[in-house]
Amino acid sequence: MEYFLQQLINGLTLGSIYGLIAIGYTMVYGIIGMINFAHGDIFMVGAFISLIVFLILMSIGVTFIPLALLIVLVVAMVVTSAYGWTVERLAYRPLRSSFRLAPLITAIGMSIFLENYVQIAQGARVKPLQPVITGGYTIMQGNGFTVQLSNIQIIIMVLTVALMAVFSWIIARTPLGRAQRACEQDRLMAGLLGVNVDRTISLTFVIGAALAAVAGLMFLLYYGVIDFYIGFVAGIKAFTAAVLGGIGSLPGAMLGGLIIGLIETFWSAYFTIEYKDVAAFSMLAIVLIFLPSGLLGKPEVEKV
Amino acid sequence: MTETAARPNRFAAALKEALMAALLAFVLASFMLGVRTVDAPGGLSYHYRPGLLAAAVAFVFFGRLFLRLVWWKDERSTPKLYSTLTEGMAKFTSGWGRFLAPAVIIGAFVLPFVASRYVLDTSILILTYILLGWGLNVVVGLAGLLDLGYVAFYAVGAYAYALLSTHFGLSFWAVLPLAGLMAATWGMILGFPVLRLRGDYLAIVTLAFGEIIRVVLLNWYTVTKGPDGISGIPRPTFFGLQFKRFGEHTFHQFFGIEYSSMHRIIFLYMIILLLALLTSYVTNRLRRLPVGRAWEALREDEIACRALGINTTNTKLTAFAIGAFFGGLGGSFFATRQGFISPESFTFIESAIILAIVVLGGMGSQIGVAIAAIVMIGGFEVFREAAQYRMLIFGLLMVIIMVWKPRGLVSGRMPTIFLGSERKQVSGDLVKEGEG
Repeated sequence: MEYFLQQLINGLTLGSIYGLIAIGYTMVYGIIGMINFAHGDIFMVGAFISLIVFLILMSIGVTFIPLALLIVLVVAMVVTSAYGWTVERLAYRPLRSSFRLAPLITAIGMSIFLENYVQIAQGARVKPLQPVITGGYTIMQGNGFTVQLSNIQIIIMVLTVALMAVFSWIIARTPLGRAQRACEQDRLMAGLLGVNVDRTISLTFVIGAALAAVAGLMFLLYYGVIDFYIGFVAGIKAFTAAVLGGIGSLPGAMLGGLIIGLIETFWSAYFTIEYKDVAAFSMLAIVLIFLPSGLLGKPEVEKV
Repeated sequence: MTETAARPNRFAAALKEALMAALLAFVLASFMLGVRTVDAPGGLSYHYRPGLLAAAVAFVFFGRLFLRLVWWKDERSTPKLYSTLTEGMAKFTSGWGRFLAPAVIIGAFVLPFVASRYVLDTSILILTYILLGWGLNVVVGLAGLLDLGYVAFYAVGAYAYALLSTHFGLSFWAVLPLAGLMAATWGMILGFPVLRLRGDYLAIVTLAFGEIIRVVLLNWYTVTKGPDGISGIPRPTFFGLQFKRFGEHTFHQFFGIEYSSMHRIIFLYMIILLLALLTSYVTNRLRRLPVGRAWEALREDEIACRALGINTTNTKLTAFAIGAFFGGLGGSFFATRQGFISPESFTFIESAIILAIVVLGGMGSQIGVAIAAIVMIGGFEVFREAAQYRMLIFGLLMVIIMVWKPRGLVSGRMPTIFLGSERKQVSGDLVKEGEG
């Protein structure tokens, strides 16, 4: 029981990170119907920028951790958003009227480019960071096993919930959200009615990248070690989460992320840790086969 | 607006745009290029790289200015040189194209007897990728199914040969068809449930499948020896004759010639050349069969296919299985050539390279795929010293070529069926594809 509870907490933390990345996939897919394959690498870029900014802040004497983290968060979100915007502008916008698979292929190219760019710019070795946020609470004790809820886990979950609330509000209530939903339904018609379609799509990428940057920072703080390759696997899992929750649905992405995080954690805890990726990937195949529209998604109608 | 009034205006606009681009480049590069993290005792340290940052920003600024003022002079019309080049190519292929393919094939057969060892090794590598490209071409180019996990079938073929030969002593020639069939079976097993999915979902599931195979190969230690890989894989024999310096039944003894290590290389070259030609031949014949026509119809419009009574699941499955079969052949050859395989050779990046060869060469075009393989793999070899940068350039090229020519380098294609006797090439702009 204690072991189970601990895994539940760990799984929810991991799931929160996946959920934040999944939002980027789901929003982009909802609005232009393409899989932004480079999104996982945007997340990786976000983690690296967080690390670098944090190192600089520490060495110039900003040692008050909450302030430092706030600055890191803002800077990482801004710079990573610039990456998201640039990728869209260079690789996807010129192909918007092309055939379906064209942007997917440029996305793969961008993904390879970003991975190698970071590898060359920052080196291939893993980048460690000593624990920044320490401490936590003991929830339960028994059978010689202690259930811990660490501060970093609390921060990750609270921040995720807060960001979810903010972005759900943006989609539901603001002019930008209305424009996004209009583009989602019919891009041409939205354009005719005065919605700036290009700008809306760009902003979608910017939002997705900003959330990925937050996820990157959390990943860095939680695991304390990153390398240039973390984006690939995390990206596929987050995409699985987006599909599982129903692609195009914001709460679905979060739900899917939590489920994937839980599956992965419990699989590693109770079965074999080597095959945890297989569990997540098999989940993707199973969901797509039996539940193509996901848990909270709308069934897609094919128009002729 | 007159010409003279437009000119300074255009320059100012270009300057403004270049400044914006430079500003963006500064933001992008600020932390990534401007700062370098280094390992230090007790954690990470860093140092600044202002020179690199300035260079990157300046490069973007002048690059953008150049593009705006010189390259895109006529408002993004195609450069003149390029259009004359393609027109010339079209004329050449329509006139001399008939002789081109036989000439190239004869040249390919002559090559091993004149080329050096290095050229031959590179050619074998290129031919392997041509074989894989042509195999994937069946799935992606003809049937329009995006497969991001093609390397899985390549791995199945390689491990099939490695395991069957080291455990049961089967020869290369016995295993070759078996490996192909095994890969094809895997293609069917995977394909059966997932082929109902739409194009990009299918892509992701195949990608996941490729990763699953790799993780299994990595962790199933008792069979695959995990990350250690399988070594000592037997070399192929020429009707039972071995390519060894000493021993019985050796090639040079039988023919009474001087031993040379080149014999084996030439033999390998011939095997892969014949396998590639077989792939090409089979694919071309299949295209004229009902199933081949169904593939291409499926690529153009799946709903129309269903309305016409084509069994889309079976059609997709055959494409998947045949593509996988060729992948398996390629894998077996890879195993016997290397003599050693490990899961490291079967990463996603291999799938991406093969896919890039198919897509950049022009989906469905065999010549295009061959040219793309030669350029790309040959380019990899030429830039071997700059190993760090070649994947960077590879990713960038994938984006640039796709944006520049979304249909690939050889985008026009011959229809498989003609009205009357008029053979006309269909331009790439007229065909729609990838709506799988």
